[in-house]
Amino acid sequence: MASSASTFTPSPRPALTGRARVFLLRLRSGDEVAHLITLIFASAILLITVLLAFELYRNSALSREKFGWHFLTTRTWDPVFEDFGALPFIFGTVVTSAVGLLLAVPVGVGAAIFLAELAPPRISDALAFVIELLAAVPSVIYGLLAIFTLVPLLRTVVQPFLKEHLGFIPLFQGPNYGVGLLAAGLILAIMIVPFIVSISREVLMAVPVEQREAALALGATRWESTWKVVVPYARAGILGSVFLAMARALGETMAVTMVIGNDPKISSSLFAPGYSIAAVIANEFTEATSDLYIHALIELGLVLFILTIILNGLARLLILATRRKGTAHP
Amino acid sequence: MNYRLVWRKSVNAVMLSLTGLCTLLTVSVLFFILGYLIWNGAGAINLDFFTKLPKPVGETGGGMANAIVGSAKLLLLAALTGVPIGFMGGVYLAEFGGKTFSFLVRYTTDLLNGVPSIVMGIFAYTMVVLPMKHFSTLAGGLALGVMMIPIAVRSTEEFLRTVPMTLREGALALGASKWKAIATVVIPAAFRGILTGIMLDLARVAGETAPLLFTAFNNRFWSPGWNQPTASLPVMIFTYAIAPYDDWHRQAWAAGLVLLGLVLLANITARVVLSRKLSSAAG
Repeated sequence: MASSASTFTPSPRPALTGRARVFLLRLRSGDEVAHLITLIFASAILLITVLLAFELYRNSALSREKFGWHFLTTRTWDPVFEDFGALPFIFGTVVTSAVGLLLAVPVGVGAAIFLAELAPPRISDALAFVIELLAAVPSVIYGLLAIFTLVPLLRTVVQPFLKEHLGFIPLFQGPNYGVGLLAAGLILAIMIVPFIVSISREVLMAVPVEQREAALALGATRWESTWKVVVPYARAGILGSVFLAMARALGETMAVTMVIGNDPKISSSLFAPGYSIAAVIANEFTEATSDLYIHALIELGLVLFILTIILNGLARLLILATRRKGTAHP
Repeated sequence: MNYRLVWRKSVNAVMLSLTGLCTLLTVSVLFFILGYLIWNGAGAINLDFFTKLPKPVGETGGGMANAIVGSAKLLLLAALTGVPIGFMGGVYLAEFGGKTFSFLVRYTTDLLNGVPSIVMGIFAYTMVVLPMKHFSTLAGGLALGVMMIPIAVRSTEEFLRTVPMTLREGALALGASKWKAIATVVIPAAFRGILTGIMLDLARVAGETAPLLFTAFNNRFWSPGWNQPTASLPVMIFTYAIAPYDDWHRQAWAAGLVLLGLVLLANITARVVLSRKLSSAAG
């Protein structure tokens, strides 16, 4: 290229050649301005996210300096003597999310398999829309229903039943209030199933049809082709949907606040009331009187933020990876 | 050998029906929620609900007029802040973006979308409430506005990408500059889709409660202007649901029904608009 270019006579007006000339022309027609303006708005999104992280970090300084890493491992939460530890809330968040995931993943993946593999396209689309609507129901409404239906049901039927038949396991012992870790886990399960279903369904539908045909041609039953070929193929994407659902569950506030019982204790029973990170922020933020109290609550928010960012980041990468794989072998 | 086949076939039948059962279970939740809300809430919806202020504790009756207006103001503010950023960001991604920076913006948008709503509340609290030293409609609206950005970006980008390349080329061939082609040809062609996306976005933040608890706070009276704490439907539902009064519960059901009705209506309208658009594009 360079040698062939040198054979031409150089232009007498170098200012108006090549990229500079194109740039000037485009500047005059407004393209560069439009580009710049939209670029500024796009950068604003990055800026807002960075600012969000920075504000959480800055406004939790008092608590971070006073308690250090012990904040995460201390189980006292005493606003009167200003001694704060996050452990009961981390415990409550993790336990309720775990219960939620344990119940939601099998149901969600099962429903996704039905919608992607068995249901006729029209029905699958219609049902997927209903499930999308479920994901759009505000969480305060889930909470409202949980208070008046789920909690009485747990108190009068489910928990006595569990206690009678599985009472030898510590998980199902202790006093029975209805509200507590189990109620919060259940409502979380109901709330995250739609996310697992709609993403897993998409990922399963992206699996090339040849994979299914090959398995069926080898004599596999429909279930075997699904479970041993299609699902493993879409494994990463399904895992991604589970991570995404986990991030939702960790950050879910209203419904959990309304049924978890709001008691910062760590107990071995699922029937016991607990407290989650999001719930304590929601309940105590407006009551926090001292700066240290507010900073401790914001540090809890920071913990939640970091957890969900990590989970979301991983989930997006996994889903991206399956989509790529799906298109690489058409 | 034959037993094995029978075994495999029965596993097949059992597992496949189980997946069907999972679907039934999931889908029935929506009908349960809707049915229960109508059963409990429909009776409490009357003219007072839409036109009266809440009554003091102990008196029955009253309504949520201030919360309805408060929610509308919050949503207006959210749309005014969130939509321009999201829309322009989406235009950048669809029309101007390079490779690396676009990936970064997209990825960040996804992360922002996953940030728990309560954390968004803290953000608005530190940005607006702390400097102003009091709760306000402004703070709540900004919290919701930031929450609107990710979906506004993604839906704008998606719908701009569905506009055929030939339209852009036609405009350019007629001598339009790139931004003119985008502003007068591409965006109008995708307008209905983008508007639908924004409507869905609004419906999503309309039900958000957590970010409002300590930004817009609550108010049992009218909230004039933008500088006072305000009531909103979701926060009212929360306050009324956890209170020990039967009359408040009844009103919480009614408010829940109104809110859910609006959210579902927005979603279903969006679906109808989009499917009509797709079929008209195909036909």
